[in-house]
Amino acid sequence: MSEISASAPVATGDDMTGNKRRDIGIKRRYAAEARFRMLGIGAVSIAVLALVFLLVSILSNGVSAFRQTFVAFDVTLDSSVLDKKGNRDPGEMAKVTTIGYGNLLKKALIADLEAKGVSTEGISDKDISGLLSKEAPAQLRDRVLADPDMLDQTINFRTYANGRIDGYYKGRVTMETAELDSNVTPGQLQLADRMRAAGMLDVGFNMGFLTDPDASELRPEAAGLGIAIIGSAYMMILVLVMSLPIGIAASIYLEEFAPQNRFTDLIEVNINNLAAVPSIVFGLLGLAIFINFAGLPQSAPVVGALVLTLMTLPTIIIATRAALKAVPPSIREAALGVGASKMQAVFHHVLPLAMPGILTGTIIGLAQALGETAPLLLIGMVAFVRDFPAAPPEGFFDPAAALPVQVYNWTQRADPAFVERASGAIIVLLVFLFMMNLIAIILRRQFERRW
Amino acid sequence: MNIGLLILIVLVIALAGFLLGRRRALSSAGGDIRKLHSLPGYYGQSVFLFSAVPALLVMLVWLLAQPLVIESRVSAMISPADIPDGSTLGLVMADVRRIADGIDVAMAQGTLTKSELDSMRADLTDVRGRLADVGVAIGSNVSQNVFLAAKEFRALTSIGRLAMTIVGVALALAGAAFAYSRITPRYRARNVSEAAIKGLMILSSTVAILTTLGIVLSLVFETVHFFRLYPAQNFFFNPTWNPQFRGGSDLGILPLLWGTLYVSFIALAVAVPIGLMAAIYLAEYASNAVRSVAKPTIELLAGIPTIVYGLFALITVGPMLRDYFAQPLGLGASSSSVMTAGLVMGIMVIPFISSLSDDVINAVPQAMRDGSLGLGATKSETVKKVILPAALPGIVGAILLAASRAIGETMIVVMGAGAAAKLSVNPFEAMTTITVKIVSQLTGDTEFASPETLVAFALGLSLFVVTLGLNIVALYVVRKYREQYE
Repeated sequence: MSEISASAPVATGDDMTGNKRRDIGIKRRYAAEARFRMLGIGAVSIAVLALVFLLVSILSNGVSAFRQTFVAFDVTLDSSVLDKKGNRDPGEMAKVTTIGYGNLLKKALIADLEAKGVSTEGISDKDISGLLSKEAPAQLRDRVLADPDMLDQTINFRTYANGRIDGYYKGRVTMETAELDSNVTPGQLQLADRMRAAGMLDVGFNMGFLTDPDASELRPEAAGLGIAIIGSAYMMILVLVMSLPIGIAASIYLEEFAPQNRFTDLIEVNINNLAAVPSIVFGLLGLAIFINFAGLPQSAPVVGALVLTLMTLPTIIIATRAALKAVPPSIREAALGVGASKMQAVFHHVLPLAMPGILTGTIIGLAQALGETAPLLLIGMVAFVRDFPAAPPEGFFDPAAALPVQVYNWTQRADPAFVERASGAIIVLLVFLFMMNLIAIILRRQFERRW
Repeated sequence: MNIGLLILIVLVIALAGFLLGRRRALSSAGGDIRKLHSLPGYYGQSVFLFSAVPALLVMLVWLLAQPLVIESRVSAMISPADIPDGSTLGLVMADVRRIADGIDVAMAQGTLTKSELDSMRADLTDVRGRLADVGVAIGSNVSQNVFLAAKEFRALTSIGRLAMTIVGVALALAGAAFAYSRITPRYRARNVSEAAIKGLMILSSTVAILTTLGIVLSLVFETVHFFRLYPAQNFFFNPTWNPQFRGGSDLGILPLLWGTLYVSFIALAVAVPIGLMAAIYLAEYASNAVRSVAKPTIELLAGIPTIVYGLFALITVGPMLRDYFAQPLGLGASSSSVMTAGLVMGIMVIPFISSLSDDVINAVPQAMRDGSLGLGATKSETVKKVILPAALPGIVGAILLAASRAIGETMIVVMGAGAAAKLSVNPFEAMTTITVKIVSQLTGDTEFASPETLVAFALGLSLFVVTLGLNIVALYVVRKYREQYE
């Protein structure tokens, strides 16, 4: 009562000015409202723009990794050089090293340039052979050793151009930078242009980027993702095989059977906390337990898969439990009502209905595992691996690389050509992730039921 | 024998047991399944489980225990005199293992025969040279005791593997026979096999506990090991980080902790305003169409692997910040800096803040909004004065979770922040973090027993404790808040 009587005179007394003030206040408040709204729009657009900028930056840097400069020329495989005994025995022929093949290639290239009428004036023989990748002799050697009947024939040999020449056609190397670069001369670039005009040099799709093994620091043009893709695939297979059964079993127990007690609480707390443990700690666990304690080999996909399984299990368990929870109790009750045991109700009715949700969660967990890098660094997956791992199951124990680790590896190298390779590898990784997520979305759309 | 083959054999035995058990159940009932307690499949299932599960579990335990037993037996053969100066028993044991592997390789290639190996003496033959011929390099010359230990190691390993094969197959057969013999029409096969399956499920759900236990034990064990070699107070209070190859390193965590906190602070300074405003806009203002596009797009940021962010920091953000900010302002010439890593990490953390805050804001009861709007407040006033205070605990929880994410993040800082351990306030300078040093101390060829390597575990334990603490507090805050409105 007293409040009203106290405030009423003030309100009536200041009626004119008060109204005015209130008008000004409204304007200010509406302006604040608009500002606030703009801030919201700004925040959303910054986040979206950051995503776009990130993707554009990676794509623009990496797309060129899928294109490559090739040199093609005629090589006569002279048996007096490559097979001195003349008995076509690959064991004997293996004694000719890549140096022998390098000399052969050098002569063949110079001869072919002359035959095609490409002027090589003022360029030393060493610089001419320098147009070829350092990997070329090894490639030719592998081909000849695989098929000794090729000897004494003239083949059209297509190989990678040197990384700097490749960089010239991708805009990474220019005449000006070539002046300062000890690895390439402007003369070589001009020769490359003349060869391109003569059809000896072309830029085309680079399949080798997806199939070749990694190459050393000096030959970025030959570095590929073959072993990394296989290593990642092995790990994903093992992670799936290990985490799906364990994850489903644990989720069914926790969701359908577990009594409310200390033990169940302990498991739940552990699962929630594990989901937030930094991934690098899992790497330390893998190093200490799987490698040092259990004596498993370093760099092996099986160790990576074990670590990634432990990391993805919480994700899969959380998703699976959500999927089980989404199946309405009436389904269980109906099954129990017609005499099924609890186990039968779960396995015959609840689990099949929850399966799309479980698979979606599993795929998302796998996608997370595929992109994980830090724990793999600690268990030795950074090693330089040139040999393809064997077929499973032995291959699971062979050294291999993994896609994200290969990216990291390439960024640690000096030659700028590896930046392009690293971005290209990211594109491959993102394509895989995109496909996995697409499958997850399709599964969800296609099979998910709402009750 | 090959482990894969052994597992296959056990599974084949179990499968045969399934078929036999099923058939026995049917025949014991005279082909009339109404006389059986359970469906025939359950009889087969019980045989399968009794056969496969114990055998596989014993094999798993065996695989873990065998190296330990052999190690202790073999290391007893090595006398202190066999350990060269500056070396440790662990290093000698690594040699023993490598020599044993080398002998295997030589035997497989046929350059070494069994009788030759039996009569070979390390003091008379050049074992190192022989092994180098087959491509196995041994660090030092091989003494007779070490060579004998290696031979013993090989012998024990092959005995162990043979014993495991026998025990595994025997257990599988015995389990199958036992379960098979119990099959009668009145045998409650369904109850038995369901109980066994439930046991397996409980076992699976303990994996989470075992993982936590494994993490804690391995970190604590190696950290204790580290503190024996390097005093704990130096680790926590020494302000320099300067590992040396030849000992005498300074391994203070302070500069790393500073770098970690600095990067995380910048990340949160970027992510909290953007994430929070985005969440408010999407929850309160955006139309359904905008929301259905923008929300998944922002959440895409959380699905991108951190290595992608790392590369983005390394090749795009770092050089850009250096060329447009650091160099013109005279603050430094390094492309990897706290600012680079912090900015990129901030982008990565946005979705954590925005989607968690979004949930929290949506959980604020509509009645509170309606009440505020009904009193004449504008939408932004409602948000600022009513919704945010009500949602504050949840938002704080989201920020804490994001902070724990930022502190534990590795690849962005490895590629964006640099490797120099410094206590500096200049955000354009390269600094380093705990996670970067864990990676750099453990990659490359280092001896595992040195403090320079073991420090990674002490760093890992510190990281684990900090992130765990943040998570527990965050979950507590969020849960408490949820209860408030339920």
